[in-house]
Order: sequence, then C-alpha cells, then structure tokens
Amino acid sequence: MSMPFYVSPEQMMKDRADYARKGIARGRSLVALQTPSCIVIVAENPSTTLRKVSEIYDRIAFAGVGKYNEFDQLRVAGVRAAELRGYQYSRNDVDARSLANQYAQVLGDVFSTSGPKPLEVELLVAEVGDTQEHDRLFHILYDGTLLDERRFSVLGGDAEGISKRLESTYRDDLDLATAIKVAVSALTGPERIVAADDLEIATLVRNGRRRSFSRISDEAVAAALR
Amino acid sequence: MTMPRFAAGDDPGASFPDLLRKLGIDPFPSMSGAVVEANLRGGGSDNAIPHATTCLALTYDRGVVMAGDRRATMGNIISTRSVEKVVPADDLSGVAIAGTAGLAMEMIKLFQLQLEYYEKVEGQALSLEGKANQLSMMVRSNMPAAMQGLGVVPLFAGYDPLVSRGRLWDFDITGGRYEERDFVAVGSGSMLASTVLRVGWRKNLSRDAAIELAARALWEASDTDTATGGPDILRGIYPIVASIDANGWSRVSDESLASTYEAIMREVRSR
Repeated sequence: MSMPFYVSPEQMMKDRADYARKGIARGRSLVALQTPSCIVIVAENPSTTLRKVSEIYDRIAFAGVGKYNEFDQLRVAGVRAAELRGYQYSRNDVDARSLANQYAQVLGDVFSTSGPKPLEVELLVAEVGDTQEHDRLFHILYDGTLLDERRFSVLGGDAEGISKRLESTYRDDLDLATAIKVAVSALTGPERIVAADDLEIATLVRNGRRRSFSRISDEAVAAALR
Repeated sequence: MTMPRFAAGDDPGASFPDLLRKLGIDPFPSMSGAVVEANLRGGGSDNAIPHATTCLALTYDRGVVMAGDRRATMGNIISTRSVEKVVPADDLSGVAIAGTAGLAMEMIKLFQLQLEYYEKVEGQALSLEGKANQLSMMVRSNMPAAMQGLGVVPLFAGYDPLVSRGRLWDFDITGGRYEERDFVAVGSGSMLASTVLRVGWRKNLSRDAAIELAARALWEASDTDTATGGPDILRGIYPIVASIDANGWSRVSDESLASTYEAIMREVRSR
C-alpha cells in the first residue's frame, strides 16, 4: 500500500500562490486611472481581437491579466451575472461591488479547495460614477483577495515598479490624453517604447449616457502619445 | 446570487434566452388554462388583456422610418393612452410590436437585451439579418401562447451597413419572417394604414416626406379602426415616429409631429 506524501497546508498554499504568480508574471501588465472625465484602462496587448479590457454592463468594465482563456471565461460569467440581475431586478441594481465579490468568491474557491490548480489571473472590475469620488476600482487577486483601490490600479507581474512610477506622475485632474501618456510611461518604464497598435485602451466615460464603455482607436492613441 | 459558470459542453453561448432556460427561468412560459379562460370570459379573446395595435415601417432614401400609435385596448376600453410600442432595438435598428401588450413588452425587453448580450459576449454586433432571425426565434418560442389567443406580431427595421440601405421585416405568430421591400404595417389598423402607404410611397422619399406619409397612414387608420389611437391633441400625446439611418435612431419630436398633424387636419377640413 502506498502512503501519500505529507504536505503541510502552509507549503501547499505557498506552492499554489507561487504557481499562480509565475503564470501572471509571464503576461504584460495593465493600469486603470481615474480622471475627471472618465476611468481610463490601458493595457499592453499586441492582439487586436483577443481583448484584455471589455464591457460588462452600462457603467462597468472588466480587465484581466494572466492566462487569456481563464480570464475570458470569467469575463463572460461576469456579463451573465450582470445581465441576469438587470433582467430580474432593474438596470440600477447592477453594481461593481457585488460583481467583484462574486469574482472573489470564484477565485478564492478555485484557489483553496475546488480546483486542481489556481487560476493564473488578476482581475479589475471598474465602475464609473457621477463624480470621481463615486468611481469604483476593485482589484481581485488569484487567491480571491479583494482590494478596493483609489486613484489608480495596477494589475500584473510588475505591479510594484509600475505603482512606484505612477505615485510620482499621477494627479487626479489629468485630461484623457495626458492620462494615457502617464499610464503608458508607467507601464513601459524609462527604457522601453511601445507602439500605439500594441496598446489596448478603453474608457468608461462620465457622460450620463447609458452605455459608458468605449474603445480608443489606435490613431487616437498615437495622437495622444505624440 | 452566485456567478453562473458552465462546463465547456454545457455552455449556453451568446444566447440569453438559453442562459435563462439553463438557470430554470422560462422567458416564454406557456399560459395556464386559467389565464386563457380569463382572457376568453369577456366574450372574445381581445377583451380582458390589453392589446397594442397599429405599427408601420417604410424605407426612404437614407434608411427607414418606423411609426406606431399610442393606444392599448381591452375590448372596447382604452387601457393605456401613451404606450410605446416602437422602440430602438440597438444603435441601428428598431422594433415595433402589435398584439398582446404584456407579452409584447416582455419580448421587446428580451430582444434588446439579447442584442446587447450577444455583442458583449462575442465582442461584435450581430448583422441586421441575424437580428431579424433572433426575433423570429423569439416569436416562435411564444407560439404556445399565440395558439391560445395571446399572439405577438413584431415588425423589425433598421439600417444595414453591409448593403448601405434601410431594410424591414414583418413576422407572423409562427415565427415566419418576411423581408418587405418598401413598406409594411401590422396590427388591427394595418389594412387601412398600408393602403395609404401603398398609394403614397415612392422610391427615394426624403426623410420629411416619409415622416409625413407615416403620420398620414396612422391618421387614416385611426379614423376607421377604433383600436388605433389618433393624435391626442387634448393631452399632447402623439404617435411615435422615428427614423433610422447610418447615424442611428432619431425620434421625431412631439412639436414637429404636432405641426405635421396640424397640416393634415387643415387638408382634411378643406375637403
């Protein structure tokens, strides 16, 4: 009869966390900034069809880093959860906090109990409010840790370095073009240059329209970076 | 509420009605005998449940114009004077519905939701023909209720960027989908309205001329069909008239319709 190896719970959690962190660090990072006119989300993404940033509901956007197939399934699950709530209750009853909690539950559950391996993803659920104070940036880690962030949010492997750069350049009164510039230079650091068509940028615009999500074209990005 | 997640083979994909069914919510429940009996007790299938009536659509040089009156009736009673049966389905299309009002409104809501849901899940919008097909499947799902007298007959129109012109479809209660070339009307006053359209329609009408023709068609329908509402000048309620072109949906304001109807009434008085 074979005896299973004993692995202490601490060791198992540490191994799982290392596994997830390594998977996430392989991909590029993304940042989201609050500005007076919108929430802008900037990701490094050479693909024009496999999106990292997308629309979930009227005022809510989703962004993911890490393994594409895993966060895309979570994106669709989020669209479903939001649409179902809006269908059964009202469009006003759909909010980012509830969605972020549901994501945290799924990620935490897969990390600690149900999954053969943790999901190699980090998620952002952003909601634009009537004013900057009412914006929401929820950052969900691979183990289900849920962070409620202000001003800006950084997801991905090099989050620490990018946050440090943003600390010194971010202001809460940036216009869109400057915000894009600030975000891109924080993402790339001083040495690297990234082309406009390798960036995926979307905004949640504070304009009172029902659907606030919109993508920014490569030409507009190039103009902002000039 | 927990987040709905599915195994690969069990995933309902980009269909919102399928998602609802997977979760045990039937968007088109079959009507129980009691409801149908209540509907029939008044002496006819139209008497106990509100019905919405005449809607029409016609093409013009840049797209389509859709119009519908504002009346819902229960038999000989007006149940609502300001119902909105012509609504935008998404940026480039609109839907109008005649038939049992409650089911029709629910179907419009589900249809609008489905178009947006598809766009978000798939990352791109359906083609105009795909949208018409989706609506036809919804009408077919409602067939059990339609067979019990609670039919819903929609009209779908929009601007098709693939062919750069307006297109329109009507449907029957079995989900049959028919593309019309020039104009179409549905509902109790449809015979009267489509006669006016047939006489007045020309190729490449201007937007203003198409709006005037739509307003006149509803006027003539309401003149003879009691279930179709005319312009309610007393309360300031006018039919809904909207155009859809490459720039999207644009509803004609009540002030503008008021002067259109003023002109029609002047012409009628001078006959």
